Amino acid sequence: MGVKLLLDKAHVPGIRTYDVYRREGGYRSVEKALKEMTPESIVEEVKKSGLRGRGGAGFPAGMKWSFIAKPEGVPRHLVCNADESEPGTFKDRYLMEFLPHLLLEGLIVSSFALGSNDTYIYIRGEYAWITDILEEAIKEAHANGWLGKNILGTGFDCNIHVQRGAGAYICGEETALIESLEGNRGNPRIKPPFPAIQGLWQRPTVVNNVETLASIGPIINMGGDEYAKIGVGRSTGTKLISACGNINKPGVYEIDMTISVEDFIYSDEFCGGIANGKKLKACIPGGSSVPILPANLLLKTAKGETRYMNYESLSDGGFATGSMMGSGGFIVLDEDQCIVKNTYTLARFYRHESCGQCSPCREGTGWMEKILQKIETGKGSMSDIDLLWDIQRKIEGNTICPLGDAAAWPVAAAIRHFRDEFEWHINNPELSQTSNFGLQHYADPIHVPA
Amino acid sequence: MSEQIFFKVTIDNITIEVPAGTTILQAARQIGGTVAPPAMCYYSKLQGSGGKCRTCLVEVAKGSEKDPRPMPKLVASCRTTVMDGMEVKNITSDKVIDARAGVVEFLLLNHPLDCPICDQAGECHLQDLSFDHGKSATRYEFQRRTFKKHDLGKNIQLHMTRCILCYRCVFTADQLTNKRVHGILDRGDHAEIATHIEKSLDNEFIGNVIDVCPVGALTDKTFRFKNRVWFLKPMDAHRDCPTCSGRVTLWNRGDEVYRVTARKDEWGEIEDTPEGKPGWICNTCRFDKKETSDWVIEGPRAISRQSVIAQGHYAGNVGMTKPTETFKAVNGGRTPHLLLDIHDESEVNQPQLHLGKIHGPSHGDTFNNKIENA
Repeated sequence: MGVKLLLDKAHVPGIRTYDVYRREGGYRSVEKALKEMTPESIVEEVKKSGLRGRGGAGFPAGMKWSFIAKPEGVPRHLVCNADESEPGTFKDRYLMEFLPHLLLEGLIVSSFALGSNDTYIYIRGEYAWITDILEEAIKEAHANGWLGKNILGTGFDCNIHVQRGAGAYICGEETALIESLEGNRGNPRIKPPFPAIQGLWQRPTVVNNVETLASIGPIINMGGDEYAKIGVGRSTGTKLISACGNINKPGVYEIDMTISVEDFIYSDEFCGGIANGKKLKACIPGGSSVPILPANLLLKTAKGETRYMNYESLSDGGFATGSMMGSGGFIVLDEDQCIVKNTYTLARFYRHESCGQCSPCREGTGWMEKILQKIETGKGSMSDIDLLWDIQRKIEGNTICPLGDAAAWPVAAAIRHFRDEFEWHINNPELSQTSNFGLQHYADPIHVPA
Repeated sequence: MSEQIFFKVTIDNITIEVPAGTTILQAARQIGGTVAPPAMCYYSKLQGSGGKCRTCLVEVAKGSEKDPRPMPKLVASCRTTVMDGMEVKNITSDKVIDARAGVVEFLLLNHPLDCPICDQAGECHLQDLSFDHGKSATRYEFQRRTFKKHDLGKNIQLHMTRCILCYRCVFTADQLTNKRVHGILDRGDHAEIATHIEKSLDNEFIGNVIDVCPVGALTDKTFRFKNRVWFLKPMDAHRDCPTCSGRVTLWNRGDEVYRVTARKDEWGEIEDTPEGKPGWICNTCRFDKKETSDWVIEGPRAISRQSVIAQGHYAGNVGMTKPTETFKAVNGGRTPHLLLDIHDESEVNQPQLHLGKIHGPSHGDTFNNKIENA
């Protein structure tokens, strides 16, 4: 049984309400932070904790906070990114739905550390009922003096506003989120300037993921050094993993990043093995945009070492033989799943969600989708695989925001690891409509087209 | 005012000093020629433009003197400011050439390529771009996207299929008019320029969206299908206009004024007026003043020799470089007797003639009289 920091109280009945949450020791970190600590010492504490952004990129949170510009007389803002739209990721939903006060607690402490008097939660439109939960929680926090003017008599004012998005994946990108929050079309901004210098209404802004902010409370309670002791290497603390796909027990799990991928999939405490006694074929370990890994590379790295559920181990081997921790959307595919179809589904998603601002992403995602559809329906030709590879290569890194990369990586990884399956689809157009390639790729080495 | 700081930047091994805050693209344009990256969406006169088309991507091989690390990705030169000691690779970088070819392919992917019936043909930036960086064939084998037609009023014609979503017209409407009525609807590859509810664009300065459009998506309805731009003679002209600068280019054929546009510089952007303001023109000048008598003609418009519009017009005009060497100098001191080399042909007909001995332009008599060889 691993350490639980975020979800340890999740199963207390009524934890969603303020009274129960407070009785269980909630809001202690706010008291400690506002009364005993200075904003600088909180940032220092978060830096010490080694907390990495839980939204996907894994950038150290304390470092991000220390970048915020502090010009005289200009308000600063903290924005909570609750636009959790990555397919396969649903950890923030769980946190906000069952532990809204944990998020508020982290938000108040972080707002104090960053000097944000108006803090925003940008929540995806599809989470309509969670908006109500959060607003109820904010009302309770106001009533009990944790929000509003002069919190705990310290002179610190803070208000939290919940803003619903309108259903665009791209608004999870921090600058697009800021644009959307300002009331504009959710197009990512061109960086630099970074939000820490010019963000919301051209003011210094920090955008953090829900899970990152929820972790601030426990960090302040236990101290950064203690928090850093959990986990391994630069992957400190606990991470929420939303496991889904062909597993026996899909759900949100809190892990302490020392567990191996094999244990995570097969132990009864977590995923509980592959459903229906099937075999593991592949896994997308960090949400739909990270590279897919075949079973052999998922459980062991290319060097033959055990792969663990943490930032370093999952990305071991780079994109050639590794993947990414991403946002923790752990999608497991069993032997009956078709990689071509899976890739096509993802490409269709990214085509639909591209904002259309920059040309490689706008045109390239649609093109990839059409080619994948062609291969999937048995009309593909061999040159299509190389063409796909070429398209993804020309999208990656040439776009304004990471959506281009996110669209390119799954296609690249699918071709890199499952090229034989693509070829099988093309060579057996009729058979591929009725049956599945299965697990034949196990014998196949990794293809890396030039 | 504080003293202006200058930064040294090296682009394609050419070093130039530019004021701090200049973008890489602007610095490259000061060098000129092929060093300047192409730009489809960036428009120096429009605030906030740029960064979208990705044709101007360049490689930064050295960040600055202080921080010499190269930038990890290709950067959009139109939105990246230079740092002191920065080293930029444009056409000297294989990565850039490769990425740019990719971008051109992406831009042309859904473009209808209806140049033969497009009014923009001849002055289209996408034509120039694909001529310079594109391939001769497409690898795209699917149906190109189409859009529901939108009517933008009596002056402006919208062809959404040709649009590359550069956002220039959106910025123009934002910055020149008091109320923008058109914008980008939808997202991704079905994003389109439209007014949402059928509405005409009727602001007095909205005609400038035609000038800023790099492709044939927004064209002049009063000029629609009237003529090809390369058959027209561009003339600089002005009139005393109460609303705008009144400095325009007339596009004539004979005495007839076919269309009126603002004056554009070599980068396809609106020229500044002598007062240093962008020379946007009003709709009255653009659409209504179609008589030569409305205008004071200043003279032929300088069009770059490379442009297809320069075909056959005003040889030796500004914008063309006259060769400094004389024919004699490059011919090793020999004055040519015949400017046309008919040597091969006449050898067949009149092998007895030594053509080098014929003085001056030759005609039938020269041959009939059978001038003797000395």
